[in-house]
Amino acid sequence: MITLDITREHCPMTYVKVKLALAKLSEGDRLEVILNRGEPLENVPRSAAEEGHKIVEVLDGVDPCRVLIEKRA
Amino acid sequence: MEKKKLSIILFSGDFDRAVAAFTLATGAAAVNWEVNLFFTFWGLDLIKKKPGHAAIGKGVLARFFNFLLGGRKNPPLSRLNFFGAGPRLMTGMMRARNVATLEELVAAARDLKVKFVACEMAMNILGITRSDLMDDVGEVIGVPTFLEYSRDGQVLFI
Repeated sequence: MITLDITREHCPMTYVKVKLALAKLSEGDRLEVILNRGEPLENVPRSAAEEGHKIVEVLDGVDPCRVLIEKRA
Repeated sequence: MEKKKLSIILFSGDFDRAVAAFTLATGAAAVNWEVNLFFTFWGLDLIKKKPGHAAIGKGVLARFFNFLLGGRKNPPLSRLNFFGAGPRLMTGMMRARNVATLEELVAAARDLKVKFVACEMAMNILGITRSDLMDDVGEVIGVPTFLEYSRDGQVLFI
């Protein structure tokens, strides 16, 4: 599993880094994204799901938050 | 689900307007929108192969204009340009605050497969050809093709 910390990034690089990280993975690989509340937490899982990836887990009770994404083709 | 589409006409060659255009382009591409960036007039200066001042183009006046424009290494700020120091100061502030610089945004747009297209008419005025532009520029097009590419999507003029 790859971990990507985007807590220091700002729009649009938060989403850009997640998208590019997912593009490098193979189907079934998992990407753990460490991110802040607000825009990143709202949009990273949504856009990944829209692209067809599986959102395995969203941990929003911790600070920073964590989202686990499984790559789908 | 059909992809949402954003087409940006980048008319300006200003640093800050280019940052805005590339921020919107990369942000939209990152959340799965199809993005077209149409460079026209001064915006063409941002996609020239030679990054700095270069007397390119057909004819004396075209060479003069292209040289003075300065390329993507020297775009002016639309306000507070401070005789050319403004963009460097602004880039320093962007780096200090961990915000993507223009150079990083252009690289991200490339990685995200944002479609770069150039305006045939404006290129003709400035006396430049396809070979004067970066390899990332997929096509040189006119208005009908741009309208076709942007159909059923959102269009922004910057």
